[in-house]
Amino acid sequence: MQGGGGGGSERGSMSTVSRDENMVVSSEDSSCPDEPGLELGLGLSLGGGGGGGGRQGGGFKMHHVSKGGPYARILTAKDFPSSSSSSSSSSSSSSSSSSSKANVTAGTKRTAESVAVAANGSSQVVGWPPIRAYRMNSMVNQAKVLTMENRKKETSMVENSTIGGYRNDGNTKLKKSTFVKVNMDGTPIGRKVDLNAHESYEKLAKTLEDMFLETAPSVNPSGSTALQLDMLNRMTRHSKLLDGSSDFVLTYEDKEGDWMLVGDVPWEMFLTSVKRLRIMRKSEATGLGTYAYIHTFPVLSGALPKRAGWSRHSDRRHHPDMTMNSDPQQGGTSVASGRGGTNARCLFRPI
Amino acid sequence: MQKKTAYSFPDEILEHVFSFIQSGKDRNAASVVCKSWYEIERWCRRKIFVGNCYAVSPTMVIRRFPDIRSIELKGKPHFADFNLVPDGWGGYVLPWISEMAGAYPWLEEIRLKRMVVTDESLELVAKSFTNLQVLVLFSCEGFSTDGLAAIAASCKNLTELDLRDSEVDDLSGHWLNHFPDTYTSLVSLNISCLGSDDVSFSALERLVGRCPNLRRLLLNREVPLDKIANLLSRAPQLIEFGTGTYAAELRSDVYSNLAEAFCNCKDLKCLSGFWDAVPAYLPVIYSVCSRLTSLNLSYAPIQNPDLTKLVSQCPSLQRMWVLDYIEDSGLEVLASSCKDLQELRVFPSDPFGEEPNVSLTEKGLVAVSSGCPKLHSVLYFCRQMSNEALVTIAQNCPNFTRFRLCLLDPKIADYRTLQPLDVGFGAIVEHCKDLRRLSLSGLLTDRVFEYIGMHAKKLEMLSVAFAGESDLALHHVLSGCESLRKLEIMNCPFGDKALLANAAKLETMRSLWMSSCSVSLGACKMLGQKMPRLNIEVMDEKGPPDSRAESDPVDKLYIYRSVAGPRFDMPPFVWTMDEDFASELS
Repeated sequence: MQGGGGGGSERGSMSTVSRDENMVVSSEDSSCPDEPGLELGLGLSLGGGGGGGGRQGGGFKMHHVSKGGPYARILTAKDFPSSSSSSSSSSSSSSSSSSSKANVTAGTKRTAESVAVAANGSSQVVGWPPIRAYRMNSMVNQAKVLTMENRKKETSMVENSTIGGYRNDGNTKLKKSTFVKVNMDGTPIGRKVDLNAHESYEKLAKTLEDMFLETAPSVNPSGSTALQLDMLNRMTRHSKLLDGSSDFVLTYEDKEGDWMLVGDVPWEMFLTSVKRLRIMRKSEATGLGTYAYIHTFPVLSGALPKRAGWSRHSDRRHHPDMTMNSDPQQGGTSVASGRGGTNARCLFRPI
Repeated sequence: MQKKTAYSFPDEILEHVFSFIQSGKDRNAASVVCKSWYEIERWCRRKIFVGNCYAVSPTMVIRRFPDIRSIELKGKPHFADFNLVPDGWGGYVLPWISEMAGAYPWLEEIRLKRMVVTDESLELVAKSFTNLQVLVLFSCEGFSTDGLAAIAASCKNLTELDLRDSEVDDLSGHWLNHFPDTYTSLVSLNISCLGSDDVSFSALERLVGRCPNLRRLLLNREVPLDKIANLLSRAPQLIEFGTGTYAAELRSDVYSNLAEAFCNCKDLKCLSGFWDAVPAYLPVIYSVCSRLTSLNLSYAPIQNPDLTKLVSQCPSLQRMWVLDYIEDSGLEVLASSCKDLQELRVFPSDPFGEEPNVSLTEKGLVAVSSGCPKLHSVLYFCRQMSNEALVTIAQNCPNFTRFRLCLLDPKIADYRTLQPLDVGFGAIVEHCKDLRRLSLSGLLTDRVFEYIGMHAKKLEMLSVAFAGESDLALHHVLSGCESLRKLEIMNCPFGDKALLANAAKLETMRSLWMSSCSVSLGACKMLGQKMPRLNIEVMDEKGPPDSRAESDPVDKLYIYRSVAGPRFDMPPFVWTMDEDFASELS
């Protein structure tokens, strides 16, 4: 879905392309003539593009992509970034040669989020089909259980594990809700990411980088080639978040409420203990716990002074820096702290 | 004889008369008859429903209604359910709780939907409302089991705790232990959304055991199947029960215990849960099936023939929620077995798959519409539809009140004629005169909106996605649907003209949501300036709208009527287009 950035010419070209697509799919001409008989009650006519058939281009492109995209239940490394790339390149080509950074980033961001929603690799539009997140998560788990059930029938052996331990049976583990919240320092908008759609730290980090870190692709007039090259680079380069070269580090909160650096424990163990993610500024990540430190030396961890900025859930809402998720009724002030920029809420109406 | 007139009735009599009027709408009507009726009514109103928590401020509510015992609040727009509303948008309940804490110490019921509820709010509830009986948190988020522990510990008169579909931070299963041993008044408990691995089962068992009035118990997924029998045996009086995981290795002792436990629940009428259900354990509920009025198998990956066999044993079913594993064949069995069916929901088992994994088509819905004369509420996900089928369905079921059709490919045409589905949906609105809620999908032109505007006079809520071609469509709806309260639109080519031409209509509605449409920033600003009783909220995650041209389309638009003015708790990505907007930017 396209962002609205860019000038008028961009929009014009978008609606041309979309109209063409509309005509391909529907038998009727979907171009929008002036509607006779519509009175403008407020007496002002605004820019002509408003009534036209342009805006559904974004969602439409997604539709086309999903038709041609790979069909796979299990997400592989190839599926994931290539869906992003095909969406991005299609969105950039529709925006004509002057694709702005904002457009592509927005498309990528939206793509990353929508693709994160789908567990099987096909890119999807956010919000369609209209199924609640809770139900979606249950279905992801069900697919795994069905696979497991089929496997069971084939072997015709009954596990000797206890019924209660059904869940802990090796790689046929029933996973809990797989969407976790992700916040990044300095960004007010949190997102959710489907952990089960990734198989490793690398893939997760790449998704998050696509979502949060603005990496400018090298765009030249030949559009798609450069983007594909960039996507290839993104696929093959190491994650900045994991190798320490970025200004940010990836951290997570575990079941006990401790904040840990991502990457220390095996992926499966991480999946069972992660509650939420946070992309933290390196400068704030000092003294962060690592698995080895906290869990191997429980006595010591109890005697440690409270790590700056981090506290148990129940305390977090009182900490000014940590109010991104909880206690947002303090209004814009809590979000502005730590950003260092002007409070974007200059439109605050005085009480 | 002196003629007595209305205003010589003592207030007490009017108050007594009003006590028979329960519906909020009727009370509102009574309150505008005259000033004295307004005064009397407001003093004796006990129950209030606020459909949009930002439409009015808690202060205003308290000022008008000094003695409320039951409140229902709704927060985020409906499309928040589908991830269209970013985190931090709003819908905080704390301001309401804070003010009601002082004003309504005798508050008994709190029902919240799509609101952000923090532990702090819950702790305040626990502290302030000692008489609290009902707490329903429907699709809420922001709280943890710590908040629940506070409620459990303090609310001695709690009868209903329902966390339906909420997102809860599970810190510990031990919150159940906070119900004191003397607490015995639980009637309804819904913890199906909880994910914690250690729902302290022993605490749950003890709780269930000591509450003789418990009628409704919906467990979470983590409760294993072999614990169910024990639980049920402590609560044979249950009317509604939701299992946890319904899968386990087949063992005869577990099986027979379960069967016996279910058999002893003579009042059981509603079943749900069934996560990961395996066919082997289905027969244990056969003894209950003949009494069942409501069955929710929408989390059960059971397929035919087991599924169909189960359905065929439930002749009293009124409400059926199921996955599309039921297929057309299963729906035909449903149609012939369940003549009392009123509500059907069929969810997709594989919504993102390219190819259909089951044989569920429009034929299943046609069969049910034909076989079940009382059917009035439908939510149906499928992959193909035809105008002919829709017309048939409409003719079969003129009593529809809710009709939601979701074609997984949102712009798919009539698969037989390749025409848009305008005629089909047109038949729905034409035949179903009592239709209150409608969701469209499939390839749709402006024509369907013309039909809707013409016929759907009782329609209150309309959901539209990827439909229409021009502003005319939106104009038809806004000008024709007299009862319209909520309109939500995504990815449609609707722009400024219809919106501006029907600006006054927006004040008669609760809210309008438009995302990924073509409404320009300039139009939003104009609406904001001209319509002071509407809050025009523009949502854009890429940056403030002042950085772009007036003719640029806004990303998301949420318009709602309000007597409280613009809200103060907007996150940085939401801008309100009020009178000051333009001047503050320049």
